[in-house]
Amino acid sequence: MTKILAVDDSASMRQMITFTLKSAGFDVVEASDGVEGVSQARQHKCDLVLSDVNMPNMDGIAMTRELRTLPDYKYTPILMLTTESGLDKKTEGKSAGATGWIVKPFKPDQLLNTIKKVLG
Amino acid sequence: MTIELSQFFQVFFEESFEGLDVMESGLLSLDPSNVDNEMINSIFRAAHSIKGGSATFGFASVAEFTHVLETLLDEVRSEIRGMNPDMVDLFLQSVDCLRELLEGLQAEVPVDGARADGLRQKFEAILGVSTDAVASETGEVEPVAIGWQINMVGGEDILRSGNEPIRMFTQLSEMGELTITTDFSRLPAFNALTLESCYLSWQLTLMADNVTRADIDEVFEWVVDECEIAIEPIMDESLPVAAEQVEATEAQALEEDAPVSDDASAAQTGLAVPQTQKKAEPGSIRVDIDKIDTLINMVGELVITQSMLGQIGADFTFDKVSKLQEGLQDLERNVQVLHESVMQVRMLPISFTFNRFPRMVRDLSRQLNKKIDLVVKGEQTELDKTVMEKIGDPLVHLLRNSLDHGIETPAERVKAGKPETGVVSLNAFHQGGNIIIQINDDGAGLPKERILAKARKNGIIGPDVVLSDEQINDLIFQPGFSTAEVVSDVSGRGVGMDVVRRNVQELGGHVSVKSEEGVGSTFSISLPLTLAILDGQLVRVGNQVYIFPLVSIVESLSVGMNQVSTVAGACDLLRLREEYIPIIPLYDAFGIEPDSRNLEKSLIVVVESENTKVGLVVDELQAQQQVVIKSLETNYQSVEGISGATILGDGTVSLILDIGGIVTIGQSAAPMQIKAA
Repeated sequence: MTKILAVDDSASMRQMITFTLKSAGFDVVEASDGVEGVSQARQHKCDLVLSDVNMPNMDGIAMTRELRTLPDYKYTPILMLTTESGLDKKTEGKSAGATGWIVKPFKPDQLLNTIKKVLG
Repeated sequence: MTIELSQFFQVFFEESFEGLDVMESGLLSLDPSNVDNEMINSIFRAAHSIKGGSATFGFASVAEFTHVLETLLDEVRSEIRGMNPDMVDLFLQSVDCLRELLEGLQAEVPVDGARADGLRQKFEAILGVSTDAVASETGEVEPVAIGWQINMVGGEDILRSGNEPIRMFTQLSEMGELTITTDFSRLPAFNALTLESCYLSWQLTLMADNVTRADIDEVFEWVVDECEIAIEPIMDESLPVAAEQVEATEAQALEEDAPVSDDASAAQTGLAVPQTQKKAEPGSIRVDIDKIDTLINMVGELVITQSMLGQIGADFTFDKVSKLQEGLQDLERNVQVLHESVMQVRMLPISFTFNRFPRMVRDLSRQLNKKIDLVVKGEQTELDKTVMEKIGDPLVHLLRNSLDHGIETPAERVKAGKPETGVVSLNAFHQGGNIIIQINDDGAGLPKERILAKARKNGIIGPDVVLSDEQINDLIFQPGFSTAEVVSDVSGRGVGMDVVRRNVQELGGHVSVKSEEGVGSTFSISLPLTLAILDGQLVRVGNQVYIFPLVSIVESLSVGMNQVSTVAGACDLLRLREEYIPIIPLYDAFGIEPDSRNLEKSLIVVVESENTKVGLVVDELQAQQQVVIKSLETNYQSVEGISGATILGDGTVSLILDIGGIVTIGQSAAPMQIKAA
């Protein structure tokens, strides 16, 4: 089963994302900040990473940079969850190695469509 | 598939309220002239989370309002803009406003948006933008294309970021008929090839007449900066090309120089709080996982003990009696530890209640034009969640009192030789089986003469009665007692000290005050940690058995008459080392016939409450045991000196003494406590 790592410091967002993904048949691993995200990524071989940008301890961009140094995650799709006003975050994310982004707020269906696009 | 988002609302509300608390305490601790970067970042993140969540879950009003907050916070944290006290005020008011909006949404009660709009305009004035701008009109007439020609030179690094061109092409192929020509010309020699690099280029032709430029852009949106992408529409030659008309009216930025004015405070008190018809909240509590693990361990032990006892009982012979007793002792220990652990689960640090006070002190001291610092100690001290919820209002009242009547104005303080800024300190700590909460101020102290005069005027005490300082101060807890000349808006709302005392007593606690004129006052609240079970000492007086809380017992002794002094008009005093302690014969207080009225044939149990001791005369000390407290009030009525009742092992009812109440009775019978010379 396809495994997705969902990283966000907001519990309600994590719950919503996990529920949406699980209902669509994905396996989900959660983390609440970048540090936990890297740790989870190491423990579980994930096929896709979804991450919020603004988080305590380690933000989404630093986490992306870190993940790209891990052999299992060199080409794994990493999507940033970013607000529309965060244009500079998009470019920053990309230069850290992120695959792309999903604009917040998003509906569950939009999330699934984007993920399906990326996973093929 | 439709996902029902409402199932996440409760979590969203809870985390948003927590986020607002973070924002508030962060804002209060900010020094505008030297903004701590970590602090402003955490405030920003809290606002950002609330904005994201509210937008995701469909709470547009909250999202819009939070957006301006977040924008300004972002400028501050990026150091584009500095902070000043007026901005902090504005942010604090916005926190209040957001709380109101969220509470309304949670209770499904409509909230007037005027306050939010007013605050938002002030933010926009600072930011120099206006969202009341005329929306830009783009009257773009897009030419109808029957297809698209896309030429893409793959950026070398796109594969390294997990972007696969083939995915994008698959997407395109779903929109229409796609033909691809791949250009390999940039491929280097084999030994110069790096697997992770992209050297290819493509010419893509998509035939579809319902695909817009925006649709194509979306497919390549993530790689558009790294690749060279040229997108051209393929026109149907037979159709005339419509002229592109782009009309855009620019948003007019209204430049208001309106400073953040003081009518902000009017907005603060003006809005009516929505009548909180909160839906019956089940009430939840966040528990440290360690506490749960302890519980699980304890239950494990209990299971082991139970099975051991089960074994003994299954095939019982009398020689196993000692094993049985051992097992029962183990059981008792297990239950006790389990009980303590369970009570721990319900306990939370008092910081949850203390957290609202810095804000209150700040707002009130500004309102009263006084300079007041709040010092908080012991905020990690834990107490039962329900007790904490109920002690909140009494604490607010006592604190307001200190701020309003206790601490003097800066001018008065300077005249009295005190520093201009008054200090109010909150302290909480465990003592015996209780939690003690103290509110101390270095203000004017209780005005004894005025209190005495008022008490005499109200007929609470007779004109000739002499009272000790402590007894005078205690008078403020009498009903209807407020010596404030003008009932101020701050504290004299008819919620008197008597209500505070009653609320505290209902929780099984006590409140008292120590004060010195010109120096300050300290209010102490003592509350039991566990409401339901007590370690008790069984005591017999005559044919009745009473329970003394074990924590209140200092010592028990038999006395000789040479240790006892008789004071005319008051009770006997026991000389115990350095102190004289009032002796209270319980048989008189309770109207029972004792074994003997001869003090030398009885026992005296010295008990203590809030540093005051009395000696209670009893006939016999019996066992110590854990006792389940049953409320007397619910089953009968509240009785002074009795805190509850219980049923003993033999089925009889035993009354539990309220030592604090007994001590008070004892004090009134013996106005002076003389220290031995």
